[in-house]
Amino acid sequence: MELDPLILSRIQFAFVVSFHAIFPVFTIGLASFIATLEALGFVTKNPVWIKLSTFWTKVFAVVFGMGVVSGIVMSFQFGTNWSNFAQASANFLGPVLSYEVLTAFFLEAAFLGVLLFGRDKVPAGIHLLAAMMVALGTMISTFWILSANSWMHTPAGVDLRDGIFHVTSWAEALFNPSFPYRLLHMVVASFLTGSFVVAGVISAWYLLKGREVEANRKALSICLWFLLLIAPVQAVIGDFHGLNTLEHQPMKVAAMEGNWETSRNVPLLLFAIPDQQSQSNLFEVGIPGLASLILTHEWDGELPGLEEVAVEEQPPVAFVFWSFRVMVGLGLLMIAFAVAGLVLRPGGRYWRTNWFLQGLRFMSVAPFIAVLAGWFVTEAGRAPWLVYGMMTHAEGLTPSLTGGMALFTLIGYVVVYAVVFSAGLYYLMRVLYVGLEDHTESEEHDTRRPSRPFSAADVPFEFETAEAGNIGGSKPTGGL
Amino acid sequence: MEQWDLPLIWAFIIGFGVIMYVLMDGFDLGVGILFPFAPDEESRDVMMNTVAPVWDGNETWLVLGGAGLLAAFPMVYSIFLPALYIGVFLLLAGLIFRGIAFEFRFKANKSRFLWNWSFAGGSTIASLAQGAVVGAYIQGFETANGVYVGSALDWLTPFTVLTALGLLAGYALLGSTWLIMKTEGHLQEWAYRLTGPLLMAVLAVFAIISVWTPFVDDMVRDRWFSNLTVIWLLPVLSMAFAFLIFRSVRQRSEALPFVATMGLFISTYLGLVVSRWPYVVPPDYTLWDAASSPDSQLFLLIGLIFVIPVVLGYTAWTYWVFRGKVRAGEGYH
Repeated sequence: MELDPLILSRIQFAFVVSFHAIFPVFTIGLASFIATLEALGFVTKNPVWIKLSTFWTKVFAVVFGMGVVSGIVMSFQFGTNWSNFAQASANFLGPVLSYEVLTAFFLEAAFLGVLLFGRDKVPAGIHLLAAMMVALGTMISTFWILSANSWMHTPAGVDLRDGIFHVTSWAEALFNPSFPYRLLHMVVASFLTGSFVVAGVISAWYLLKGREVEANRKALSICLWFLLLIAPVQAVIGDFHGLNTLEHQPMKVAAMEGNWETSRNVPLLLFAIPDQQSQSNLFEVGIPGLASLILTHEWDGELPGLEEVAVEEQPPVAFVFWSFRVMVGLGLLMIAFAVAGLVLRPGGRYWRTNWFLQGLRFMSVAPFIAVLAGWFVTEAGRAPWLVYGMMTHAEGLTPSLTGGMALFTLIGYVVVYAVVFSAGLYYLMRVLYVGLEDHTESEEHDTRRPSRPFSAADVPFEFETAEAGNIGGSKPTGGL
Repeated sequence: MEQWDLPLIWAFIIGFGVIMYVLMDGFDLGVGILFPFAPDEESRDVMMNTVAPVWDGNETWLVLGGAGLLAAFPMVYSIFLPALYIGVFLLLAGLIFRGIAFEFRFKANKSRFLWNWSFAGGSTIASLAQGAVVGAYIQGFETANGVYVGSALDWLTPFTVLTALGLLAGYALLGSTWLIMKTEGHLQEWAYRLTGPLLMAVLAVFAIISVWTPFVDDMVRDRWFSNLTVIWLLPVLSMAFAFLIFRSVRQRSEALPFVATMGLFISTYLGLVVSRWPYVVPPDYTLWDAASSPDSQLFLLIGLIFVIPVVLGYTAWTYWVFRGKVRAGEGYH
């Protein structure tokens, strides 16, 4: 069998970037949550906020550490598997990605240490400032990464000469047409992720078990108010993002809608089996005219179909179609939970209603799936283009790469990540399990040691047997 | 900006980044290489504690180097990485395993031996991979129109195996002299005993490489032998540093062996640089050929001017705070 380095490289990139993405998606939201807790603590002087912040900072440290480790791999992927793309786009992507690295270093060098270890060593105001700067720093990192990614979807401000992109306008290239929408969509997605994880952890580990109720119901309350605001807002942003995509990448939208023929009065398909071979849907259930209405704001608005381009220039329709539905479905579920939180608000039922807390527990994984599904839509929907309309995946691939090499490293990364991150995830579960009680200011937090992110968490790695006995065998390995 | 030679400025920046990385991550990789041979488990705790607070700061230089290379010399980035494909993977996998071991070893009890192996194995593989990169750079790359056209394992030759072993020994030497400086008692005594043989190994490999290199590449031969120039000062300097290491170990100096080892590395590194200057992708491309467009280089340079001093300042502060001996039982956990 002939191994195709192109397919294998795409799988490899999708794997490493998906794996990497789940960490920053969470930490970006969590950083803002911690800054909020710090601010509440600073203003109200209520120690509960500081207690919560201390705990979540520990979680932040572990997840941030895993994000950094998996990020190292990302900075070499472009060169190993996509060297033609790297060389062609380096004039723009090189500085932009480097700025992201510089931002991250600056953040770590200047503020992360203070946030993680400085609570008793610097004035409260400085500690709050550090928390806010860390949150801001994660935003700036997001800015650079999404600018680079958006440019690949809607390239602007460049001139392609002799196979190399030359920047003609940095402003146009950085603030390319899809960037504002993608950035907003992603930042709000991070907030949703942060909020749902916090809400889920609080529900599963604390409220349902009756541990540390006083502090945790306060945290849950903040999360639910925040979710009530951002979950619907995300739907609106998503809609604008979709309109922008229709304007710049119509075939991606056609794939998302499963729309093969350019026509008016296009239905919104709830279910379909898109078949690229026959260029049609084998089976479909839809609401007539709704897709036209959503995308053109007219019932009989005309939408472009996939037939407008040759088959080999079409994205993988079924994959994009279904990823999109997973994302939207989970998004609607998130809105439902946010509204349920409001309905259960009177009398404080939100922190005592069993089904709601059980539901939140499972909803803590929903944002991760939704975010990945969303990225699948936008990235696979760009296919076969690597830089939309200018460079294909095949053109960007490393010329010397063989299928065997790509397979070797693909398996390698899967193994490495499986080992390393199951350890990381397992440890994170331990931190969550041990929870709020155990953050006795330990003597080993000696001032003269500048410590690193992970060391902010001081929970032992293994499950102590005595401890396991106490809780009757409910191991902390259940779903987040 | 025409009057500034931006590629030259960037070559200095990247070159500085490389040697910073080699010296700083070198000693902590070296500690990892020596890890399995430590006298006892308590010594291992101390060894890890000597590098724990600084290792990931040291590795930031590698990430910065990777990103900076893409931005400033995309041709180097897009030829080296495909050419060294398998090696790059091994390097990254090694660094990940040892990195994660730092975090989990102290928190583990029953599974501690696994993290010991993760730390030692990861450090060793990463060091070998880096040594092979040096060898591959001396060998040169098969390119056409700025694109790598060789095959997957072209880099793996007897010569690169030798350079890989050379750097392994070199990092181990940095590690042992670092331990002399940072520890005391029987662990320090062990490090003293180790340093002599390690230095001999390094010198032996360096000697073979020095004799071999001119045969690997004509340009290098011309540069060294066509006329007797000042570049011969560099190997002389290297020998002087080697002698200094020997003497300072014999005199039981504590800091001097490490400083002299850094000197040995720097003079050898400069020797390598002048052998190949200004070729960054031997044998065909100079740093000016490999550069990205001037405005891209300038755009990033502006940010770098602000951030590098902060990173350097933070690095210096970290080492300052962490100065002095590390003792058993007192720890960074």
